[in-house]
Amino acid sequence: MITIALIFSAITIAPILAGLLSNRRDKETGPFITNHILGLTVSLILVIVIVLISLRFGSLEITWRTAWNAIFNYDTTNQGQIVVRELRLPRTILGLAAGSCLAVAGALTQGITRNPLGAPGILGVNAGAAFAIVTAIYAADIVSPEGYVWFAFFGAAGASILVYFIAQFGGGGATPVKLALAGVVITALLGGWTTSLLILDLETLDEARFWLAGSIASRGTDEIAVLFPVIVIALFLGISLGNQINILSLGEDIAISLGQRITTIRIAAGIVIILLCGSAVAIAGPIAFVGLAIPHMVRSLVGPNYRWILLYSLFLGPCLLLGADVIGRLVVRPTELQVGIVTAAAGAPFLIYLVRFTKLSDV
Amino acid sequence: MHYLAITTPTLQRSLTVLAGICLTILLIQLADRIQPRSYTFRWKNISSRFQLRVIWMSLGAIIVITILVGVGLIVGDYPIPASKAIATALWDRNGEYDFIVNSLRFPRIIVAILAGMCFASSGLIFQSLINNPLVSPDIIGINSGAAVLAVAILAAGGNIAYLPYAAFLGALLTAALIYLLSWKRGISATRLVLVGIGINAVLGAIITYITIKYPIERVVAAARWQAGTLFGATWDDARTLSIGLLLLLPPAFFLTTRLRILQLGDETAITIGSKIERDRLALLAVASLLAALAVSVVGPLGFVALIVPQAARLLLGSITGGVLIFTALLGGFFLLGADLIAQRLFAPVMLPAGVITATFGGPYFLYLLARYNRAN
Repeated sequence: MITIALIFSAITIAPILAGLLSNRRDKETGPFITNHILGLTVSLILVIVIVLISLRFGSLEITWRTAWNAIFNYDTTNQGQIVVRELRLPRTILGLAAGSCLAVAGALTQGITRNPLGAPGILGVNAGAAFAIVTAIYAADIVSPEGYVWFAFFGAAGASILVYFIAQFGGGGATPVKLALAGVVITALLGGWTTSLLILDLETLDEARFWLAGSIASRGTDEIAVLFPVIVIALFLGISLGNQINILSLGEDIAISLGQRITTIRIAAGIVIILLCGSAVAIAGPIAFVGLAIPHMVRSLVGPNYRWILLYSLFLGPCLLLGADVIGRLVVRPTELQVGIVTAAAGAPFLIYLVRFTKLSDV
Repeated sequence: MHYLAITTPTLQRSLTVLAGICLTILLIQLADRIQPRSYTFRWKNISSRFQLRVIWMSLGAIIVITILVGVGLIVGDYPIPASKAIATALWDRNGEYDFIVNSLRFPRIIVAILAGMCFASSGLIFQSLINNPLVSPDIIGINSGAAVLAVAILAAGGNIAYLPYAAFLGALLTAALIYLLSWKRGISATRLVLVGIGINAVLGAIITYITIKYPIERVVAAARWQAGTLFGATWDDARTLSIGLLLLLPPAFFLTTRLRILQLGDETAITIGSKIERDRLALLAVASLLAALAVSVVGPLGFVALIVPQAARLLLGSITGGVLIFTALLGGFFLLGADLIAQRLFAPVMLPAGVITATFGGPYFLYLLARYNRAN
């Protein structure tokens, strides 16, 4: 317990201290990263390194050689290799998928709502998924991770479609402020229902609290495999929207006078966000922090251009999620900390650090 | 064990709630008829401008709250005749219902009103200061700060007597931490919000960790507290809240003029001669104290601080001293109404008020939003 506390406080305090000390370093001229070929290569290498670390480290101690053999030279009798193949590899893939989905969806959400608090969660995604799953546990006694996947996906999608629908009312279509407010209201509505079920029914709380913490361990891999084509297509579409989001972020009036069909762009981005968030929630449960923080971190590094923000988010989202997952496996061996807990605890100090360290550009 | 079977509300109760909702919508419609006129008051060197609409609507809110107080005193699990209930509450200290009315129902009603006032005025100041409709004390982590210490005490089985103090302390420490961390030659709104989100995420992670670490019996107590409940409110709570409000609302009222100057933007505010960082610190301190006060008594009732200020601004426009008072009254009305519904709609199951604020407040707010959009 004390070790965890120490590690946590070290992770938490170090960047904050560095941030406090770094007051004099102030980049007033341009973003931190300007050479994007180098920047993207470094990001890619970072992803690969974290994937390797994720395969190598866990509650069972193995060597690098075992991890290597498990991938390229599989021996079904070796316990270490089985662990890598059957547990760590799926988990790593899920982490990659969930991390990139959340980060790209977060960047898109901030782009179309033009609000620094814009995160997939604000469109009611997490609340919708939690609502569907808690109701499923309560009413139908569904207690298997395989069963959660579809409830989460459709709960998330349903909630965000509802948010769009409500924001559409009145004049002007789904404007950023209306979208955000409708999202807040729907989130609160669904949250109220979820909370009341959780506190009325002890068994539901007992079952759901682990899913609600967010984790990528032992999820229903077969069900999630169905989602992968969806994820790939949605990621591709989302990143290709970068230029349009740039124009939209100049403001509605300018975007219209530049000839942009803002309604079409908003709906397209909305569909991509719903697909990405639905998949991410189905994979990992409600992980709130990645979608919110990664775009801000990236923005403080590369400036306000959404083409780059989206691309870097694609790489750095999985880094945060997988990195957090590895930390979660290691700090409390032989048990684990849920990745949802560690992402926030380890990622937030970096967010604060970047916010203090760099010049902020507006959303 | 499924609870839906025994929690289905009776027709009569549902109709009462429905009637209440229709009545408030009617009142909002009536408010539209009031001419937007303003009067100027001058006495020696004191002068002030009053908007007629703000005054009428505040009066209306006070009347509605008074009616709700009456309703709250009369209805309950134990049937008490209306005249007896009112008499016991107001003058008859020796009646047979003294305990139920004066020790159970009345303090709870007063605490609901006062806590609602705290949350709503705090939310209004935060939203106007940061100029973002999504900001409220719960989003930037002040409620989580209170919750971390409170949940730790509940889950680890600590002494419950310390709970309010721990929550108050947690909220204030968090506010101070956010302020310190976002200070960099001054406070910028974006930086404040982002630092707040970061702090909120860390605290949320700690709460989740506590939730899955401890046995379920204790976790459920923590979950209840987190939902925000007025169950077991006492006169001591009411006294704490009223002293706090008396100390905090007047400064908040007079600071609204400074806030309006800040809303013009930093450059303009400095040009006018405003000491922006001092004003901002004062406003943040008042708003954080209001939130901390309410959280320490009733728990992190999230929705009130977010939605009530929005609703008030949709009805009356941007912040002035009068709007602040109206927002506070609206918050009191909202929380009291929500608590009454939470107690009575699903009786004998009593839900925490925090659940109802969202479920009933959400649609209300959507209605206001739709109305506002149509008007523009």
